[in-house]
Amino acid sequence: MNGLVIPSIHYLAILPVLIFFGASLLLLVVSALVDTKVTIYFATAITSLTAVATVVVAFFQWSYVANHGASTTVAHAVVLDGFAVVGTVVVAVGVLLSSLVAHDWAKRERIAGADFHILALASSAGALLMVSANDLIVIFLGLEILSIGLYVLVGFDRHRVTSAEASLKYFLLGGFASAIFIYGAALVYGATGSTNLGSIAYFLSNNVVLHPGLLYAGGALLLIGFAFKVAAVPFHLWSPDVYEGAPTPVTGFMASVVKVGAFAALLRVLISALGTQLDTWRPILFVMIIATCIVGAVVALVQRNVKRLLAYSSINQAGFMLLGVWSGSARGVAATLFYVLSYAPVVIATFAVVTLVGGRGDELHSIDHYRGLARRQPWLGGALTVLLLSQLGAPLTVGFYAKYTVLAATIDSGGGALALVAIITAAIAAYFYLRWAMWLYADDDVEATRVAVPTSTGVVIGVGVIVAILFGLWPGPLVAWCQHATLLFLP
Amino acid sequence: MHSSIYLTVLIVVPLLGALIAALVQKTPGLSYVVAVVTSCVELALALVVAVLYSPHVKGAGTWDFMSRHVLSAPLGLAYDVGLDGISLLMMVLTALVLVLALFGARDRRQEAAFVGWLLLLTSFTMASFLSHDVLEFFIFFELTLVPSYFLISGWGGAQRSRAALKFFIYTFTGSAFLFIGILYLGFLNQHQTQGALTFSYSALQGASMTHGTAVWLFLAFAVAFAVKSPIFPFHTWSPITYAEAPTAGSIELSALLAKLGSYGLLRFAVGLFPLALATLRPLILTLAVISILYGSLVACATPDLKRLVAYSSLAQMGFITLGIITGSKIAMVGAVLLMFNHGVITAGFFLIIGFLEKRRGSYQIKDMKGLQGPAPVFAAIFTVVMLASIGLPGLSGFVSEYLILIGTFGTHAWWGAAATLGVVAAAAYLLWAYQRVFQGKATGANAEIADANAKERWVLVPVVVLIVALGVFPHPVLDRISPSVNQLIHHVAPAGVKK
Repeated sequence: MNGLVIPSIHYLAILPVLIFFGASLLLLVVSALVDTKVTIYFATAITSLTAVATVVVAFFQWSYVANHGASTTVAHAVVLDGFAVVGTVVVAVGVLLSSLVAHDWAKRERIAGADFHILALASSAGALLMVSANDLIVIFLGLEILSIGLYVLVGFDRHRVTSAEASLKYFLLGGFASAIFIYGAALVYGATGSTNLGSIAYFLSNNVVLHPGLLYAGGALLLIGFAFKVAAVPFHLWSPDVYEGAPTPVTGFMASVVKVGAFAALLRVLISALGTQLDTWRPILFVMIIATCIVGAVVALVQRNVKRLLAYSSINQAGFMLLGVWSGSARGVAATLFYVLSYAPVVIATFAVVTLVGGRGDELHSIDHYRGLARRQPWLGGALTVLLLSQLGAPLTVGFYAKYTVLAATIDSGGGALALVAIITAAIAAYFYLRWAMWLYADDDVEATRVAVPTSTGVVIGVGVIVAILFGLWPGPLVAWCQHATLLFLP
Repeated sequence: MHSSIYLTVLIVVPLLGALIAALVQKTPGLSYVVAVVTSCVELALALVVAVLYSPHVKGAGTWDFMSRHVLSAPLGLAYDVGLDGISLLMMVLTALVLVLALFGARDRRQEAAFVGWLLLLTSFTMASFLSHDVLEFFIFFELTLVPSYFLISGWGGAQRSRAALKFFIYTFTGSAFLFIGILYLGFLNQHQTQGALTFSYSALQGASMTHGTAVWLFLAFAVAFAVKSPIFPFHTWSPITYAEAPTAGSIELSALLAKLGSYGLLRFAVGLFPLALATLRPLILTLAVISILYGSLVACATPDLKRLVAYSSLAQMGFITLGIITGSKIAMVGAVLLMFNHGVITAGFFLIIGFLEKRRGSYQIKDMKGLQGPAPVFAAIFTVVMLASIGLPGLSGFVSEYLILIGTFGTHAWWGAAATLGVVAAAAYLLWAYQRVFQGKATGANAEIADANAKERWVLVPVVVLIVALGVFPHPVLDRISPSVNQLIHHVAPAGVKK
């Protein structure tokens, strides 16, 4: 033994993570030195710049992958493939949009300093690590980095008790989920002799596991850990409370960036590493998807708080994303990727509107506050209508094609019944999306104040609407990109 | 073959109209003018296409104006339009109904939005009828929900929100089955051909499947279309929706959108899964007959004119379904013709009822009495429309119902006999309604209502002309329908269909 061997590192693969960490540290230092009044502008600028730089890096990554194929680095712990590149882009866009919303929100709430951006950047670095992780330990690292930042972000609004409560709840349950996850990783290591996803897959395809109990237990615990993060039923109970309690821009961040990271890692673990055990985990996922879709849609029907409503709506949407995982095919992976990719901007924009209507103090979240909004402010109300229609899955919005791709993948893999249940829950979900939309156009007999729309939040809402409509009219390139990315998925 | 440009223009013109109407919304009344001009252009164009249509195109059967552009290969998404004798009538009806709705049921509240939604609805409906691709049809079929929803919830009666929501959820749920069915069929075909994913109608017609699969897929398709039509027992959304919708909305819904259901049943359920037909025929025929009898009975008892027409529509849709499913060629031709005739007749009903409501402020039969004294023109036109609906020889309803019943008697005599009772019941409830509304001595407000003004008369002229013309001289239309129905029957033939 001659000491520690440093593995060779292909820096292009981990450049996005490094950029995000670097930006986070930079902000941390600068915010300590600069006057707090300027800090907020500086922080937003740096975050935006970081996101843009990451997209540029992703472009180079893409051309590298296209030329050289998928590859691993850092002793096979990190992977650079088409899938990771798309995931990186989604995270970057998600952070960019969330930080723009948070910028106006922080000004409105008179929150000085760059804390939000520092935490969001660090947290997103975790998500970036998760999308490119090829090792259970690295996934765990990503998960923890992602979560720790989020625990603080959720409790960011110190003036509201619900925020602190949500933070504590999220911390306790999240910590629990992490423990379950790492326990599962340990068991899988025990069963297969490796934590590397590639090695696990190699072991399982070349050996017959005579006593698979350990493997099954490990796999199940990993699945539970992920189910917590994506809020799949029955591990969803934290999400309505946390969505409601967290500051609204943070909720938008959670519904988008966290989902990207969690789903990317989930896909890698189930399809890359445990692909040979398809028949074992599929039935579990089958039940989980049905429960997730139904609970999300049905419980949302009785919500009057729009943040809780959106929490259940996003549980329902998570059920749809899981459909692509269930199908276990390249088509399914591409479909889930496309779903996450198209859902992220739409849901952030939706929460941006909720942030605005929430008003100072972030408390006006009853559906009553939306009464007549579209009559007073046709543009804002119209934008929210489009965003809701997209989540509903109406044609000519990107949400339709998102549902289309996952359902197609499910049916292609023989899951006709599952697809039928899922789409019927979408019809149930249509009820609450439409009821909300209807409030927007109701006669406003109540004297309500106009909702101010600051520039950067307006831009975010605009981006969400443009994504919803543009790719609803013209989904071809985006779908083809996701399929292409999946072809470059490391098997 | 003619260029598909015609059909594309038919779809795009209302879209452009809606856009321009939105742009000029600041000037009062201008958006209405834009919409009216658009609708006239659309109708003129539809008539031109109807005249140009040739049912004998080499290599395409009775399809004309075809072209196919693949938009996204991985999604199997394509822009694929075509016109045959069956969609031809629906195309004309779409344009005609828009004109009637705009002229006869103008709504001045937020006019730009109102006409905008109407134009969008027309464009989407037109595109559904012109689609030669099942997925494309589905997308536009679903899309029609959005403008209809906003029309009902924005301009409807007191319970409009509930009605709009009920309408949307019912149809959306029905479509869920259709969606899964379409995807399943697409992949079935892809696995067989080992080619690209396609939803082209003609490609899917060639997919082979087991009898069981065909039955399940047929059911999945039929549920969606039965909700849309509506057919008993999926009709429960329709009375409240028709009643609460603004007049223009009721016209669009019952005259036009309901036809999307029967059109889909004929074109896609029957056309794609002929194998299932033999098994499911008794079930669907029974449901159709129940719709006829149940709709007629409830229509007798309903105190509200709009609901009366809604239930009468249920009965009429039952006749259409009967004609589609029974499997005789004559009945099928009659069904296609009735789809058009019923559109014109219901539009006429809803227009007159709308005009009366404007004067009396109510749809209740008990609020009206002896209107034929002060309003003889309304009474006369109502009589024509009513008699057409009952099926008086010489008027359009007769030809189509007669063809359906003759065909049904030839293949399924018992169901035919039961359905004939519906004709009798129709005479009962309509004549009784006429008696209560128009006959007797008008007193109070009823005596003072004004008769139809010039504009209202002009709107009703095309309705009356079409009712009489198609009753006396239906041949030009029948000649255009028959080749396409023949072609469909030929494809369906293995399922025991009589030529």
